[in-house]
Amino acid sequence: MMRLPHFTYRAPKSVAEAASMLASGPGEAMLIAGGTDVLPNMKRRQQTPKTLIGLRNISELQTLTNGDGLCIGAGVTLTALVRDARVRIHYPGLWQAVAQIATPHLRNMGTLGGNICLDTRCNYYDQNYEWRKAIDFCMKKDGQTCWVATSSPKCLAVSSTDSAPALLALDARVRLVSAGGAREVAIADLYQNDGINYLTRRPDEILTTVVLPDPKGRKSCYWKLRRRGSFDFPVLGVAASARFEGDTVVNINIVLGAVASRPLLASKAAAALLGHRLTDENIATAAGIASDAAKPMDNTDFTLGWRKRVVREFVTLALRDLRGDDVRAERYRYALQSLEAVG
Amino acid sequence: MAAVIPPPGEHLHDRKNLQLIGKARRRVDGRAKVTGQTKFADDLQFPRMAHCKLLRSRVPHAIIKNIDATRAAARPGVLLVLTGRDFPIPYGILPVSHDEFPLCNDRVRFVGDPVAAVIATDPLIAFEALDDIDVEYEPLRTFSDPEDSIQHSEPRIHEYADKGNLHKLVSLQFGDVAGGFADADHVFDDVFFYQGNTHLPIETHATVGTKDPDGKLTVYSSTQCPHYLHKATAKALDMDPAHIRIIACSNGGGFGGKSDVFNHEIVVARAALMLDRPVKICLTREEVFYCHRGRHPVTMRFKTGVKNDGTITALHVQSLLDGGAYGSYGVASTFYTGALQTVTYHIPKYRFDGCRAFTNKPPCGPKRGHGTPQSRFGQEIQLDKIAVKLGIDPAELRLRIIEQPNTLTANFLTVRTIGLRECVERVVRMSDWKNKYKKMPHGRGVGIACSSYLCGAGLSINWNEMPQSGVQLNLDRSGRVTAFCGATEIGQGSDDVLVACVAEILGIDPHDVRPVTGDTDLGPVDLGSYSSRVTLMMGNAAIQAAERARDLLAIAVAKKLEIPKERLVFANRKVFDCENPLKALSFRDAVCAAETMHGTIGTVGSYSPPKSPAKFKGGGVGPSPTYSYSAAVVEVEIDPRTGWLRVPRVWMAHDIGRALNPTLAIGQVQGSIYMGLGEALMEEQEFRRLPERLSNALVHKFPSMLEYKSPTTLETPEMYIELVEDPDPTGPFGAKEVGQGPLLPIMPAVANAVFDAIGVRIDEVPITPEKILKALDAKAKGKDPRFGPASFPSVPYPEPIIVTPPWEGGDGRAANEPEKKHRTEQNQGARNAAWHDAQKLMNEKSNPEGASR
Repeated sequence: MMRLPHFTYRAPKSVAEAASMLASGPGEAMLIAGGTDVLPNMKRRQQTPKTLIGLRNISELQTLTNGDGLCIGAGVTLTALVRDARVRIHYPGLWQAVAQIATPHLRNMGTLGGNICLDTRCNYYDQNYEWRKAIDFCMKKDGQTCWVATSSPKCLAVSSTDSAPALLALDARVRLVSAGGAREVAIADLYQNDGINYLTRRPDEILTTVVLPDPKGRKSCYWKLRRRGSFDFPVLGVAASARFEGDTVVNINIVLGAVASRPLLASKAAAALLGHRLTDENIATAAGIASDAAKPMDNTDFTLGWRKRVVREFVTLALRDLRGDDVRAERYRYALQSLEAVG
Repeated sequence: MAAVIPPPGEHLHDRKNLQLIGKARRRVDGRAKVTGQTKFADDLQFPRMAHCKLLRSRVPHAIIKNIDATRAAARPGVLLVLTGRDFPIPYGILPVSHDEFPLCNDRVRFVGDPVAAVIATDPLIAFEALDDIDVEYEPLRTFSDPEDSIQHSEPRIHEYADKGNLHKLVSLQFGDVAGGFADADHVFDDVFFYQGNTHLPIETHATVGTKDPDGKLTVYSSTQCPHYLHKATAKALDMDPAHIRIIACSNGGGFGGKSDVFNHEIVVARAALMLDRPVKICLTREEVFYCHRGRHPVTMRFKTGVKNDGTITALHVQSLLDGGAYGSYGVASTFYTGALQTVTYHIPKYRFDGCRAFTNKPPCGPKRGHGTPQSRFGQEIQLDKIAVKLGIDPAELRLRIIEQPNTLTANFLTVRTIGLRECVERVVRMSDWKNKYKKMPHGRGVGIACSSYLCGAGLSINWNEMPQSGVQLNLDRSGRVTAFCGATEIGQGSDDVLVACVAEILGIDPHDVRPVTGDTDLGPVDLGSYSSRVTLMMGNAAIQAAERARDLLAIAVAKKLEIPKERLVFANRKVFDCENPLKALSFRDAVCAAETMHGTIGTVGSYSPPKSPAKFKGGGVGPSPTYSYSAAVVEVEIDPRTGWLRVPRVWMAHDIGRALNPTLAIGQVQGSIYMGLGEALMEEQEFRRLPERLSNALVHKFPSMLEYKSPTTLETPEMYIELVEDPDPTGPFGAKEVGQGPLLPIMPAVANAVFDAIGVRIDEVPITPEKILKALDAKAKGKDPRFGPASFPSVPYPEPIIVTPPWEGGDGRAANEPEKKHRTEQNQGARNAAWHDAQKLMNEKSNPEGASR
C-alpha cells in the first residue's frame, strides 16, 4: 500500500485551542476529522501538511441540538446523521444525501464538516504521485496545466460533496471560527466556482456548526447519480426543496452537484416554477433550463455528454418527488437499494 | 511415468458409491480463511527484513540514456539500488517471447515499466528515495492502439515481432470456407469490440526473497504458478534451479493475474541474495494495474454462413488484439480468440485469422477465460442476430447446432462429453424463457448465450513429455496422510480438491489429510493454477497416488484379516470386509500393518494429457482432455430515457461432469457471473493520451479501485444456478472444470437481453448507459439501431495454413506448412522423440516387465 508521509499530530480539546494551533502555523497545518478524504490525499501526496490538527476530541463539535431548526456540529459523523430521526423526518433531502455518501464504513468515520469541505475531485488529480508525475502534474497540485481543458485559466476539479447541494437547497448556514472571532455565512457563500479555491473559508478558520432553519413544512429530496450503489462519488446530484400553498410553489430551490467546482444553484429553473403548480409541462421546462446551466467536464466517471443529458431526467425526478409522485421504482433503479434500509 | 487415460467407462468403475465426492462440504482451508489466519505473502515477517520499491517509467516509450542513483543510494536507510545493469538476462513466460528484464535494460515500453529498485530498511524510505533517482530518457514514438501499430512499423517496440509492431500474425483454414459460404442461405458479417479489463484480485502482489542459511534462495510469492517462477528465476539470475525454492503463498485471488512471472519477484530474489537478508515487496494497487496481463482489448469480425434452418455452413473469424508492451502469454491468447468456437457448435468449415499488436501499455495476457470471452461475445451475439433474422427462437437455434459428443472438430479438437443441450434446456426452464423472451414490457428483456471452456491446456507451455501434474503421498503409523503437490491454492479450492480425491479413495475424512502445496522444494511439479487444469490434472494424479497407497494397505490388511484383498472396502476411516463389515481394521491400524509389511509408505501419481491429433503449427492451443459447457439467461431492465441498465436476475446451468464439492463449484459459478457482469457493464482498462502538442504521456486512465469500476454486492443480481452432472471419463470421478467457463456466456447474454428489451444492438463491452442511449438515438433517427465498431481494420494477415477437416479425410497436418518453420517443428519433434526414446529406455531398465504404466 501507499504510505503516509511523516507529520505531527495534535489533538486539541476545544475549538478555541484548535483555532490557535491553526493560527500559529499558517499554511503548514491542516484539520482532520474523520480522515476519509485527507488521509488518502496525503498518501497520494496531493496534500502534505507538516501538522494535522485532529478535531475528534472536541466534544462541542459532536453535538446535534435543536435551535431554531437544527444545529449540527461539524464533527457529527455521517452515520449519526443518518440515524437521527429529526434529520430523517424534517430534512429528508439532507438525509437522502448523507445516506448515499460513500459506504457504511466511510460514513462511520466521515463527518458532515468533512463532507462539506471535501476536496474537489478530478481524474487528473486524484492519482498517486508517480501517475501525476507521468503527466507532468496538473494545475491543482505541482503543475501548470489544467489537463481537463488545457486552455482553461482555472482549475476545473469537480465539487463532489453530496451533503452540500442538499444543505444549499435547505438554506443552511455555517459557522466559521478562527482565533480572531466567529462568523456565520449562508452555505451558498461558502463555495466559489474554482477547483483550487473552492471554499471561501480562510485557512485559519474552522467550520464548527451547520445551522438548518425550521423547515416549516418545506419538502426536500436529493437524487444521486453514480455508477454503483456504494463507494462512488456523485457524477450528478440534484437537491431540491419547495414549500407549497395548495399546489402552488411559493418557495423553491434546485441545486446541482458534481457539475461544476461548486454546488450550482439552478436559480433560473427555480424562478420558472415560482408561483406555479408542478405540472408535467412546468417540470419539463424547469428541467430543461437546469440542464442548460450544467457544464460537466470530462474529469469524472461517465462521458460528459451523457452526464449533461441526464441532468434533465434527474431534475424531473426530483421535482416529481417534491410533487408527491410515487418514485420508489426510480429511486431503487438508481440507488440500487432501498434507502430506508440504510442507517 | 505418465498416466494413461483409461478408455471411457473404466475410470468410473467401482465409483458408484462415493462417500464424500459430490457432497457439499466445508472446504478444508475454510477455517483459516474466515478466521483471518491464512498467511498471504504480505503477512510474512522475518528478522532484518528490508523493503523494496520500484521506480517505474513515467514515459510511455523511450531509450534509457542514463540512470544516476547516487543520491538515492546515499540516503540514510537505503541498503541497495538496482538497475537494469544488474539484470542482463531476459525471461518470459512463453519460450517464444523471452522479452522482459527484471528491470528495463535500455528501453522503457510503457508508463509503469520498472527501471530501478530501491531496497531500504523501511518502505517509506525506499519510496522517498525513488525521487532521488535521475533517469534520462530519449523519447520514442508512442503507440497507443493496435491500428497505430499496424500503420507504423518503426520504431519497433520489440525486434522479434512477426512484422513491424505486429507481435503475432496467424491464419489457419480448415476446409473450403469460401465453398461453405457459397452453400449458405444467408451470410452474416459483424464486427465487435471487446474492451480490455483487469483481474482486480483483492490481494495486491507481494513477494519476499530470502537467502537461506545454507546460501540457497527461497522466494515466497503471491503466484499462481510457482513452477514457472522457479524456471524464470533460475534463468534470469543464472542460478542452478536446484538451489532455488519457490513457495506460492495462498493467493488472495488470482484470476490469471498472478500466472505470469513478474519483475518484482526476481528483483527481490536478487536483492535478498546480494544483501543476505530478507527483502519484501508489496505492490500498491496502482502497480497491480501496471503489472496487468489481463484481458486483451479485441476487435473482431465474425462472418458466418447459415442455412435457413440455422445450420452453420462456414465460419470465418478475424481478431485484432491490443497486446500492450510485452509478449506475456500473448501468442496463446491470440490463438485462443480462434480456438474454441468449434467445440461448442458444429462448424464444418472454419477459418481463423489472428493478430496481436504491440502498444505502449501494460502487457495483456490471461484473465479468467483467456482469450475466449472476446470471441465468445462476438459469436453469441451474432447467433442471436441470426436467430432473429431466421425467425428461430435463440435457445432453439443453439439446440439445433450444438456439437455432438465424442467428435473431432474441424480444427482437430477432441470433444468428449457435452452437456450443453441439457444446460440450455435447464436455463430455459428455470428462467421461464418461453414466457419472457419477446414477451416482457418495453425496457425489460432476456438474453441467452452458451459457452465452452478447456479443462486444462493439452500442451504445456514448455514443450516436454513430462507429467503436467504430480502428487506424492506419505502415510505413517499415526494414520496421518500428507499430500504433496505443486498446485497452488488461489482461493478456488485446489487444496480441497486434492485432499478430497485422496480421502475418497482411502475412505477417510478430508480433514485427515494435510495438503502441502505450492512449494517447489517439497512437492512434485504441477504447472500451476491456470487454464482450469488443476481439478482434472491434479485430481487424476491424486487418485493414482491414492490408489497405489490403497493397494499397499490392502495387501497388508488382507493378510492380517485373512481375506482376499478384493473384498476390502475403505470407508469411514476403516478398512473392512464387504461381506462381513465387523471384520475390520481402523485406518490407522491398516497403515501400521502396511508399514510393517512394506516399510515406509509413500506413493506417487502423475498425469499427462492425451496427445492432440492436431499436428499443424498453431494446433497446440485449444486441445484439452475435455471441455466444460455453460448456458446462461440474463434478464435486464433499462430506462430508455437515460439508458440506465440493471441486471436483476441471472440463470446459469453448467456442465461440470461431476461436482467434487458442490459448495465450491457453486461458488465458482457465482464468482464467474459476478465477474462477467463487471466486464459486461462497467470494467475498462482504459488509457489516456494527453494532447500530443503538449505532452507525450500515455497513462492508465484510473489505476484505482475507486475509479476502475467493478460491481459491488448492490449490483450483483439474484442468481439461479444448476450443475449438470454427466461424469466425463477423462475427469477425476468424472469432474470437469468450473472456474472459468461460467463467466463466458454472461457478457453476450447481457447484450442479447438488451436487444430483447429495447431493440438495439450493443456490439461491444462494457455496455454502458451512454452507449445504450446512443443506439436508441440512432434507432429514433431511423439509422442502424446499434452501437459498436463500424468496420474491421485492414490487417496484413498471412496466407493461411491449410488443414483438411477430419470428415474430409484430414490427418491433422497442414497441406502447406511453410518449409522453414516446418523444419523447426520437425526438429522440435525430433528432440521430443529422442527424449521419449531415452525415457523409454530408462523405464525399461528400471522396469524389466516393460509395464506401460
